Amino acid sequence: MAQVIRGSGTICAQHPPGRPGKWFLTPFLLLCVHALPLTPYASPAVAEELPLHGFLQANYSARVTGLQPPGPESGDLLFGEERLQVRLDKSGEKGRLFLRTDFFHDAVANRPDLEVREAYVDTSMGGSDVRVGRQLLIWGVGDYLFINDIFAKDWGAFFSGRPVEYLRVPQDTAKLDLSAGGISAEIVAMPFFQADKLPSRDRFYQFDPFPGVVRTEHKPDMRYGNTEWAARIYGSAGGFDTALYLYHGFFRMPALQANQMTAPTLVTATFPRLAVYGASTRGNALGGVVSAEVGYYDSLSDRSGRDSAIPNSSFRYLTGYQRQLWEDFTIGLQYYGELMLHYDAYRSSAPSGFPLQDQHRQLMTLRLTQLFWNQTLRVGLFAFYSPTDQDYYLIPEVRYSVSDNLWVAVVGNIFGGRKTTTFFGQFDADDNLAVTVRYEF
Amino acid sequence: MARHVLLMMFALVLATSVAVGEDAASVVRRSQEAFHSAGMDLRARVKMTLLTKEGQQRLRDLTMLRKNEAGGDQRYYLYFHGPADVRGTVFMVYKYPMKEDDRWLFLPALNLVQRVAARDSRSSFVGSDFSYEDVSGRDVEADTHKVLRTEALENRQTVVIESVPAREADYSKKLSWIEQATSLPLKEEYYDLQGALYKIFTADEIREVQGFPTATKRTMTNVKTGHKTEVTFENVAYNLGLGEEIFTERALRKPPEKWLK
Repeated sequence: MAQVIRGSGTICAQHPPGRPGKWFLTPFLLLCVHALPLTPYASPAVAEELPLHGFLQANYSARVTGLQPPGPESGDLLFGEERLQVRLDKSGEKGRLFLRTDFFHDAVANRPDLEVREAYVDTSMGGSDVRVGRQLLIWGVGDYLFINDIFAKDWGAFFSGRPVEYLRVPQDTAKLDLSAGGISAEIVAMPFFQADKLPSRDRFYQFDPFPGVVRTEHKPDMRYGNTEWAARIYGSAGGFDTALYLYHGFFRMPALQANQMTAPTLVTATFPRLAVYGASTRGNALGGVVSAEVGYYDSLSDRSGRDSAIPNSSFRYLTGYQRQLWEDFTIGLQYYGELMLHYDAYRSSAPSGFPLQDQHRQLMTLRLTQLFWNQTLRVGLFAFYSPTDQDYYLIPEVRYSVSDNLWVAVVGNIFGGRKTTTFFGQFDADDNLAVTVRYEF
Repeated sequence: MARHVLLMMFALVLATSVAVGEDAASVVRRSQEAFHSAGMDLRARVKMTLLTKEGQQRLRDLTMLRKNEAGGDQRYYLYFHGPADVRGTVFMVYKYPMKEDDRWLFLPALNLVQRVAARDSRSSFVGSDFSYEDVSGRDVEADTHKVLRTEALENRQTVVIESVPAREADYSKKLSWIEQATSLPLKEEYYDLQGALYKIFTADEIREVQGFPTATKRTMTNVKTGHKTEVTFENVAYNLGLGEEIFTERALRKPPEKWLK
């Protein structure tokens, strides 16, 4: 990889043949590196040193319920792969290039594949920074609960116990960072829509409101008017990290539109327009860290709430408290709520026989973490419980650092609930145990 | 001649006054300043080696940036170069003398800034035998101090101070050998709540950097478990003019490379 960057003319030819859609960004960024005067400004020592890091990882997740959904990829193995990640970080006075690329073998589908997780260029202009390319963004103060974090998620990865960074789906964006007088802002433009990745129906048992009906997907087209915009303005107020958020784009969870309600023959997954206005704060209080976040979800395509296939406008909130109770033991608690704003319209328009959502869905979470043996062994539990949906999701975890380079983790994913139509309850038959071994270099 | 004798006597009185006349809290305060707040700011490459009794080693390699603020407040920016699984992680602390610290953690794999609960300053710093307080200092008022004696420790004149916690601590008593010439602690002994010795700190190498005596090698040994942590401070520099913008959330996500080499 080091030679690939140092040589100039043959960069694109060095890439293994992959799907062209995934590759357009990398050559673009590498060209940018040559356009940016990185090397001439770096000291000779830095120019010689091309930091190359990454990991080798094996990651398997098996369903322990003995049940198997129908389909070619069904089986006890929910997930299985061997993965090599290569990170390349090159900085100069005028900018920085960062690449994080994963090469992996999918053991369930039995095929090799490649994923560019991050590939961006940073440049600075005066007091502002620009980052262009594929990147990961996380906003908000929730712990596995997201209000103003409107960036794409991979719920299939999360539910099958993959390392937590794979909950994030990288997006191709341009981000501008500004600061003035103690207040900072991030402004993000996302021209390419990225939906949330839901657990695959081939691999996960889950609730299907339209069983056996042909499905299609209609994503927002790539045009200027569909560019998503997000902004975060943040600073410190009385020791509290405080932020305001704005978002204009689309719901990332698909809204299912049937061609007819009585006997549908085609269901289309659509992504209705959405605007979110929110705020968050976080700081030391009550002997720990207290956090709070709110957001108003404005469902732009159905403001009256009369179309049951489009999510209702809602008000969402969360509060959290985290505290160290004794050495190396931390407890975290959160309370989250989602209040539908046009519930009567939603209820009267929902087709009969469909499971109705609660007007005020609520969730509680608990995180317990204990470290042992000079913090080399971590034993933890994360638990979701919804008193309104009456379902739960438990994630027990044990992680041990065998050495500075090698760690092993075993993670459980246990779902359940009174009904099989709720968010966590539908995965009741998918309880699984995941093992990850990672060697970092 | 008489003037010389007078001067010598005066010097002698001054030296003894450090041990006897000056109150213990002032000695500790001066020692804290020399050890944890020398200069306006500091940069150092800190290498911690964690050693088990069986000889297994783990390394924590970080750059420490520290800036002193008004009223005894301090800001720390700790950037981890290694080991591999924490490379790029940043730990930032706003330390206040009279209230709980503000602590942030940046995880590069997630591009995530977290706020860390900081109630117990005696808990281990990154799994080492040093606690957060051992790294950044403990409030002088958190203990009652008493001068026990003066004695030479490896040919260096020290004042031995006994500190008994007035506030929450994991020790019942601490003995410190504070060098008179530099005000640096050369050795510390921590006694547990049962009164048994359990941790020993030693400053193994002291160098003068830009006129500031600096403990460039330090060791903390847990005599109960046999685990110990050896620390070296390399590329130490003071008064660099570190700006406020380094100690911000924005700099957590975009580390100030200039200072991290």
